[in-house]
Amino acid sequence: MKKTRIITKSKKLHFGNNAQYYVLLAPFAIMFFLFTVLPVLSSIVLSFFDFDMIRMPNFIGIDNYIRMFVDDDTFGIVVKNTILFAIITGPIGFMLSFVLAWFLNEFKPFTRTILSFMFYAPALVGNGLFIWQIAFSNDSYGYMNSLLLSWGFINEPISWLKSEQYIMPIIIIVQLWQSMGVSFLANISGLQNINGEMYEAGAIDGIRNRWQELWFITLPSMKNMLLFSAVMQIASSFSISSIAVNLAGYPSVGHAADTIVSHIGDVGTVRYEMGYAAALSVFLFALMALTRKAIVKLLDVVGR
Amino acid sequence: MNLLRVVKRSGITDDSAKKHKSLKASKEKNFKKYTRSKFGNFIFVFFLVALGLFSVLPLIYSIITSFKPLEELLVFPPPFYVVRPTLQNYRALPNLLSNLSIPLSRYIFNSLFVTISATVLYVFIATMAAFALAKSKIKGKAAFFVIVQFALLFNGTTLSVPLYLIYSWLGIVDTYWVMIIPYAATSMGVFLMKQYMESAIPDALLEAGEIDGAGPIRIFFQIAVPIVKPCLLTLMMFGFRDVWAAIPDGTVFNESLKTLPTIMSQITAGGIARSGSAMAVTVIMMIPPILVYVISQSNVMEAMSSAGIKE
Repeated sequence: MKKTRIITKSKKLHFGNNAQYYVLLAPFAIMFFLFTVLPVLSSIVLSFFDFDMIRMPNFIGIDNYIRMFVDDDTFGIVVKNTILFAIITGPIGFMLSFVLAWFLNEFKPFTRTILSFMFYAPALVGNGLFIWQIAFSNDSYGYMNSLLLSWGFINEPISWLKSEQYIMPIIIIVQLWQSMGVSFLANISGLQNINGEMYEAGAIDGIRNRWQELWFITLPSMKNMLLFSAVMQIASSFSISSIAVNLAGYPSVGHAADTIVSHIGDVGTVRYEMGYAAALSVFLFALMALTRKAIVKLLDVVGR
Repeated sequence: MNLLRVVKRSGITDDSAKKHKSLKASKEKNFKKYTRSKFGNFIFVFFLVALGLFSVLPLIYSIITSFKPLEELLVFPPPFYVVRPTLQNYRALPNLLSNLSIPLSRYIFNSLFVTISATVLYVFIATMAAFALAKSKIKGKAAFFVIVQFALLFNGTTLSVPLYLIYSWLGIVDTYWVMIIPYAATSMGVFLMKQYMESAIPDALLEAGEIDGAGPIRIFFQIAVPIVKPCLLTLMMFGFRDVWAAIPDGTVFNESLKTLPTIMSQITAGGIARSGSAMAVTVIMMIPPILVYVISQSNVMEAMSSAGIKE
């Protein structure tokens, strides 16, 4: 009894001491404002201007947004592609990074370090994309074509990267291959943070199998990390661009692999229409923010 | 504490809890009984190793290619083996790098200096901010945290113009600072660290620190930092990897301030005849991030398995 009184008393004494917390937060808050919030805000303002990087910006109201839906022929296609990419790579990448971490967690530390290094390697080797260019090379010498030819599956080489039919699945595979970076390791550190007693207590409480254990103990304890990897996954799966541009070029055949971000790159850094590029960025941001909201709702169900 | 929480949640009364406690000893032995069949185990390991090999392929490929002599480099498609391994790609490097306008050692110094200071600053600032966001009761922290998350969702293409204006307003264009400070302002670290801290640092420990009369800053350094060491090391690894490979676009012009990745692009521009040396440079450039990975992760795994500071 006496002890609890002391705790509540000290709570009043020190937890009210917020000034020190502001000191801890300040360095990040200031730099975050300067180098992230301010540029994003000015980019949003810029989306209401006509700006070609040479002449002064010219206010045009919501014309950039109207142009998106009325005047831009590729806009519909890139939005469709982006959403398709996101719907496929997002959930798969999210689950893969969790499942792999969950599997790895059962190994001894040494094996775990080696295996997690292997999964993390693509994120470590910056220029890993070239290997996919060789694998899916359009002539008969690429790994894929020469294999299929020698096994007799096909009679003439397939132009993997120049066909509307194959380019999307290829980009999806490469994106998944490359995405095992941040959220995978975050999940590993989160998993190992779960108190072992939780599982013991769960066993007492009548948890019967691994799946119940996963659903009632592991996942709820991982909620924080799951939100983190979900947001990172949204950010990466909606922004697929460098992979697509490197493998398929821009514009790709029939716009089959063009995404909003590659469109932004084309509009902004090739055609210097910064105002319109900013408007496209704002649109993409809205799309991702809505998705995040839906995911947060979805994560609430976990463990019920 | 955790045990208690689960027991409470499940609504077990004191009486039955006692009964369960006696059962616990007998159950503890076969508590980890949820294992797979032998066949399941085989499938599981096979799946993991296959996926792992698939992931590590470009790394292996880069290393093999860097040991290929010129005539083997010209074979297409490039095979995953080398017939007559040679060091000539590595031996050619000093020669290729001798006609740089700035000595190589300067690039190495720049790279190390920029990467280490940016990483340290990034981890330090992110951890401090995350602690305030995770454990304080300051006003507006929830809103601030949502903004931090949203920042990860805004595409960077159109930010380059406003960013350049801000850099030049601060007078940091063409200095080391422009390579160091902006990275420390990225919000991924704060996000990850805050999520980690919330579940890793028990409030009871903080309260204990308060009873001892420590303020938030002392509690942060003496209690929080040691506990979140695994996450700290992971963050350090991410930071090192990102900054090490970064090429500042259009903010650094002075050759004596440039970092190693810029030499990379000079050598790769040499075409197919230099592709072996380019691969050799790639392999050398990969070594520091891999070292940081191994050091940090082996520490993480160790710290994890001996994690005794729980509630």
